[in-house]
Amino acid sequence: MIRTFYDEMYDAGGVVRPHYREFARWLADTPEELLAQRRREADLLFHRAGITFTLYGDEQGTERLIPFDTIPRSIPASEWRVVERGCIQRVKALNMFLADLYHDQRIIKAGIVPAEQVLANEQYQLAMQGLNLHRDIYSHISGVDLVRDGDGSYYVLEDNLRTPSGVSYMLEDRKMMMRLFPELFAAQRIAPIDHYPSLLLDTLKSSSPIDNPSVVVLTPGRFNSAFFEHAFLAREMGVELVEGADLFVRDDRVFMRTTDGPKAVDVIYRRLDDAYLDPLAFNPESMLGVPGLLAAYRSGNVILANAIGTGVADDKSVYPYVTDMIRFYLDEEPILKNVPTWQCRKPEELSHVLAHLPELVVKETQGSGGYGMLVGPAASAAEIENFRARLKARPHAYIAQPTLSLSTCPTFVENGIAPRHIDLRPFVLAGRETRVVPGGLTRVALREGSLVVNSSQGGGTKDTWVVED
Amino acid sequence: MLSRTASDLYWMSRYLERAENLARMLDVSYSLSLMPQDGRGDGLDEMAMPLLITGTLDDYLERHGKLHAERLLHFFALDASNPASIYSCLGAARASAHAVRGRITADMWENINSTWLEIRGIAEQGLGRYGLSRFCEWIKERSHLFRGASYGTIMRNDAFRFIRLGTFIERADNTLRLVDARYEMLGDEAELVDENSARSYYQWSALLRALSSFEAYTEIYRDAPSAHNVAELLLLRADVPRSLRACTEEIDQILASLPGLNGRPAQRLAAELDARLRYTGIGEILDEGLHAWLTEFIPKVAELGNAIHSSYLEAV
Repeated sequence: MIRTFYDEMYDAGGVVRPHYREFARWLADTPEELLAQRRREADLLFHRAGITFTLYGDEQGTERLIPFDTIPRSIPASEWRVVERGCIQRVKALNMFLADLYHDQRIIKAGIVPAEQVLANEQYQLAMQGLNLHRDIYSHISGVDLVRDGDGSYYVLEDNLRTPSGVSYMLEDRKMMMRLFPELFAAQRIAPIDHYPSLLLDTLKSSSPIDNPSVVVLTPGRFNSAFFEHAFLAREMGVELVEGADLFVRDDRVFMRTTDGPKAVDVIYRRLDDAYLDPLAFNPESMLGVPGLLAAYRSGNVILANAIGTGVADDKSVYPYVTDMIRFYLDEEPILKNVPTWQCRKPEELSHVLAHLPELVVKETQGSGGYGMLVGPAASAAEIENFRARLKARPHAYIAQPTLSLSTCPTFVENGIAPRHIDLRPFVLAGRETRVVPGGLTRVALREGSLVVNSSQGGGTKDTWVVED
Repeated sequence: MLSRTASDLYWMSRYLERAENLARMLDVSYSLSLMPQDGRGDGLDEMAMPLLITGTLDDYLERHGKLHAERLLHFFALDASNPASIYSCLGAARASAHAVRGRITADMWENINSTWLEIRGIAEQGLGRYGLSRFCEWIKERSHLFRGASYGTIMRNDAFRFIRLGTFIERADNTLRLVDARYEMLGDEAELVDENSARSYYQWSALLRALSSFEAYTEIYRDAPSAHNVAELLLLRADVPRSLRACTEEIDQILASLPGLNGRPAQRLAAELDARLRYTGIGEILDEGLHAWLTEFIPKVAELGNAIHSSYLEAV
């Protein structure tokens, strides 16, 4: 099977696309040795600054660098505006879906989303039923994962409404590019993104009805894979970075322990999963959470961003219904496409999936991070048979999608420059208004032919430019 | 400020100061061990001093059996399995900094992080190849750099205060122990009135050099080092930055400037210690007996450290 890939920099005839012309000229004019030297400099700077992540399953908890590629991913501004509107539309609909789900459930009554798909979902939180949230916002910070198929059109691969990460790499990659190649930013107009932390703080503050609320970032601690990002965002926003043990609840109010006695907390940007938030309400084994937090939350005395129970809306089994949600709540046509999805819980769709396994991508409905998925075209016969057995045993736990081509972008590899597959995660902030900083995080699969961009699976990142055309 | 944050900042600077002090200790012992010795003449007694002072001699003997210069140096400087080694101190300082990297400046973080990355490289090639004096110099230099980066970049807020608190508590304890150890090493000679033995000269001047106070000494006393003057300089002079008095004065001022009422026990204790030094003459200390006086003072500094802990760092 021959698949065609859409390349971000070159069109089908091998000619540089207009929004990349300036960069291509610069690349041709810059001596290879200088580029190599700058790449080494970038590695050194990232290492020294400790911009690292921790890999799970690695006994020593070694901190690793995420490989950074110095060839940017560039998007023309006119194209970006469509993506931006599409992401905002999607997040609005998803927030309305969550509000509906935890109140009247109109969408279920209308027969659009089957009740068992959401109410029996592990991510559905009974504790949220009937609770009114300020501005009806559940997902304050969302990451929408996009890819481009062979014809160049954008598809949403998944919505991340729990604790999407990666925004610190987006910001650090830009800082690094500006430090290494300032001339590139002088030659053309590239939309700035450094104001993300201030937009985030504004979003968090506006999530509370209180004037000038006290905001904190809640981290599982420094052994978490994204600790760097938690610390980074807290520092950039100028708020406290707290761990569960730093907080306590008294009379349904949340306080932090300070050198000057207890201080009230109004908004918690939590980077901790629902299950660990409150050992009294959820996982009793959790040492990371705050006993009594749920009670304080339900009393309306503290805001959690994101809210509890958002996972039910970004679950892969609910994903196929998002386009219908947009039509149902907003009465608009979806701007961004969904990838066609077979739900293996449906017998007729399961039999189709089983018959076409070598062509499909199969994912666990609850999985994330690129763990537990099958990429049919890249898999061995044994891996396919293994998945066939798993599918038959627990069909409801899987969905399948056609293998998308995923666009490519020129990338530095061992022997010069070669195309590698990429995706895009814009970060959507929902508060007083819904906003997206231009671009997002571009992840790149560094292994030739690989379609898995997750950093836990050897993916790297690129700076993402929105260029005025 | 979060109590946990304050605690990490405090321990970050304590461990860094400790690493620096260990390097200073090691440097002086190493140079003294090269001098012609009484008795055995292998300088091992001197080399064992740093272990004795830090209370890790038993640990060493348990693992390595007998004194052996190279093993001893490795154990003290680079052994990752020895929690009291310079390597482990830097690791602990870096881990604390990592936990609060949002509260220190990028200059500080990058400094302490690259120190950590570098010492791992040094540990790989081994002290023998790197050179001991060079290693001690390097540790001191990194500590100076970090302090410079701190003073030059961080806001004068509570974070700054807890960082300095850690430095001075650690330093006070270290100065007390170093003076005591040198005094003990000299034994009866320390009590001689003329104190003109070559040994006493080298012991005291090595101590002064270890604490970067040799220049201060010569400027103030214009005389060969003697127990009386050295003790006065290192215990009671507020204008010598590594002296006990300089430390208690800083601690007293820092604690007094921290907000809140929960720190009263620590504040009171610090003020008492500082007043005691301020209104004591070296003659009184020597009359009581230097060793006895030091032995009584060391636990007081520890008590102050505990009071700081319960007042600020574990506060509810």
